[in-house]
Amino acid sequence: MTTQSDTPVPTITLGQGPNEAYEPYEAESMAHMTWRHFKRHRMAVIGLIVVTILAIASIIGPEISPYDVYHSNFSERYQPPSLRHPMGTDDLGRDMLTRIMQGGRISLSIGVMAMSLALLIGTSVGALAGFYGGILDNLLMRFTDLMLSLPQLFVLILMTLLLRSINIPLLQAGGGVFAIVFVIALLSWMTVARLVRSAFLSLREKEFVEAARALGVSNRRIIIRHILPNSLSPVIVAGTLRVASSIITESGLSFLGFGVQPPTPTWGNMLKNAQDEMMRGNMWMAIFPGLMIFITVIAINYIGDGLRDALDPHIVR
Amino acid sequence: MTKYIIRRLLQAIPLLWIISVIVFLLLQIIPGGPMAAYEQNPNITPEDMARLEEQLGLNDPIHVKYLKWLGNILRGDWGYSLATKRPVLQEIGDRLPNTLLLMGVAFMTTILFSLPIGIFSALRQYSIFDHVVTTIAFMGQSIPIFWFGLILIMIFHVGLRNPVTGRPLFPARGMVTLGKPFSPGDLAWHMVLPVTMLTLFGAGTYTRYMRSSMLEVIHLDYIRTARAKGLAERTVIYVHALKNAALPVVTIIALDLPGLFGGALFTETIFSWPGMGRLFYRSAERVDYAMLMAIIMINAALIIFFNLLADIAYAYLDPRIRYD
Repeated sequence: MTTQSDTPVPTITLGQGPNEAYEPYEAESMAHMTWRHFKRHRMAVIGLIVVTILAIASIIGPEISPYDVYHSNFSERYQPPSLRHPMGTDDLGRDMLTRIMQGGRISLSIGVMAMSLALLIGTSVGALAGFYGGILDNLLMRFTDLMLSLPQLFVLILMTLLLRSINIPLLQAGGGVFAIVFVIALLSWMTVARLVRSAFLSLREKEFVEAARALGVSNRRIIIRHILPNSLSPVIVAGTLRVASSIITESGLSFLGFGVQPPTPTWGNMLKNAQDEMMRGNMWMAIFPGLMIFITVIAINYIGDGLRDALDPHIVR
Repeated sequence: MTKYIIRRLLQAIPLLWIISVIVFLLLQIIPGGPMAAYEQNPNITPEDMARLEEQLGLNDPIHVKYLKWLGNILRGDWGYSLATKRPVLQEIGDRLPNTLLLMGVAFMTTILFSLPIGIFSALRQYSIFDHVVTTIAFMGQSIPIFWFGLILIMIFHVGLRNPVTGRPLFPARGMVTLGKPFSPGDLAWHMVLPVTMLTLFGAGTYTRYMRSSMLEVIHLDYIRTARAKGLAERTVIYVHALKNAALPVVTIIALDLPGLFGGALFTETIFSWPGMGRLFYRSAERVDYAMLMAIIMINAALIIFFNLLADIAYAYLDPRIRYD
């Protein structure tokens, strides 16, 4: 230590006297610790800010915009971006910025709803399979394998065609938003189920579960209150990334014409005729909606990246 | 190993059977199909319709329909396309080579690009090159692929022009120039944009995989040993490290291969490439039962087959893995 004489020697503060009151030890909460680590991931923080701004703009934007989302105005068709219309107008003379903000509401909601439903299905399947094991595990996992063997995009399209034909008001509302949510969730819960199952398999043998059992806690309560909270980390990361991939899936389906139907705007269906418009020189119609998808997805993916680093107990910081 | 492969192949049969039942049911519930075309025709009376339905076996109960379909498939009869009235297998046979050409070339450029870049990026971790590569790879994974295709067309077809002829720099439609005799150069010229679109998309994922896999390996003890005994750095990296680092990447590649046959739905739709993806798109729009059934079943079979292939490749490359 002689070579580092300029380094202050740390003073020992513990156990200085018998009368000294110790600070009661308080465990740092999981959320607090995660946030502390998350803050160090610069891109993730930027991503979070971007997503927040997009969400706020989508929520209040259409309300304060002077233009209507649906009302066409033929004297204002194909206006390139200007001060009056920052993102131009479309083939029916509707303000693109207003429609993009409304589309953001729909696209972001679809992402969040599809993720929630996929997590719900995936967590239930994974928890049941991992906790009970045996025949139930075998059946559920074979079913998961089956779902993973389906050609995803093709089956997605068939299912949207199917749901479009069923006459249930909820499925048809708003151009079929809920139908899309349902279809995307139904084909994307499998990875979550596998993650949760493997977490349950290792956790159910742990001492704290045994202790809970010895206390006579019911299986249901052990699953929900004891094991599930301890297996959430991978689920949170997978869920975050699932929001982004759901937005991409929705926009892809809508772009092909199988997704949410106009006049309800989503970032995907605003691009539906973009290829033809682009050939006619109306570039802005193709640029902005896609740019919004790109920005949103990359921001969410960075958040997922940051969460993965923050939640991973194996990374030493 | 042989036992394992046989067991897996036998397991694939019930799996495929269940998938066929599910997809068949799905298709039966979707409205449209053979009679939709006649419904608008005023020359066809309801009596004619009923007779036609009876003839086509549309009034059979659903399980009878399924068994008929299954029986035909087992005899090698995949039915007829509603749109073109041609045999399904013939339609697929016409499109498959186009898809394989496009996807095969794209797959090769993806690997040729991403694996060396991933390795190099890992060797120079935290360098500027590494930062640029990881950022671009991250963007490649986040960009909506169809929008990237549109942007490519916007820049290289609408925007930039060939300074000599004044025509668009690259074509945005089809495989060959209409009305010109076929030439490989013309075909290659038409492939530039779709291949670029597919390459960026796949390269993002593979670069990230290759990089992280290489990073994991390069800090292991046996690499230090190889260096300590005086091997050339080149040998250490490309012989000792790469062998192990390539393992997970090979698996990913094998799992992605069935996508080649399914065809990139978006790429083929945007660039009017007459392949399997476009065939599916067209068939889905018209609810062309036999076509959809065939395309999905072939794809499901390929996914299952390549899953098995990935496992076998893994066992072959990593002698520690034994399946028995």
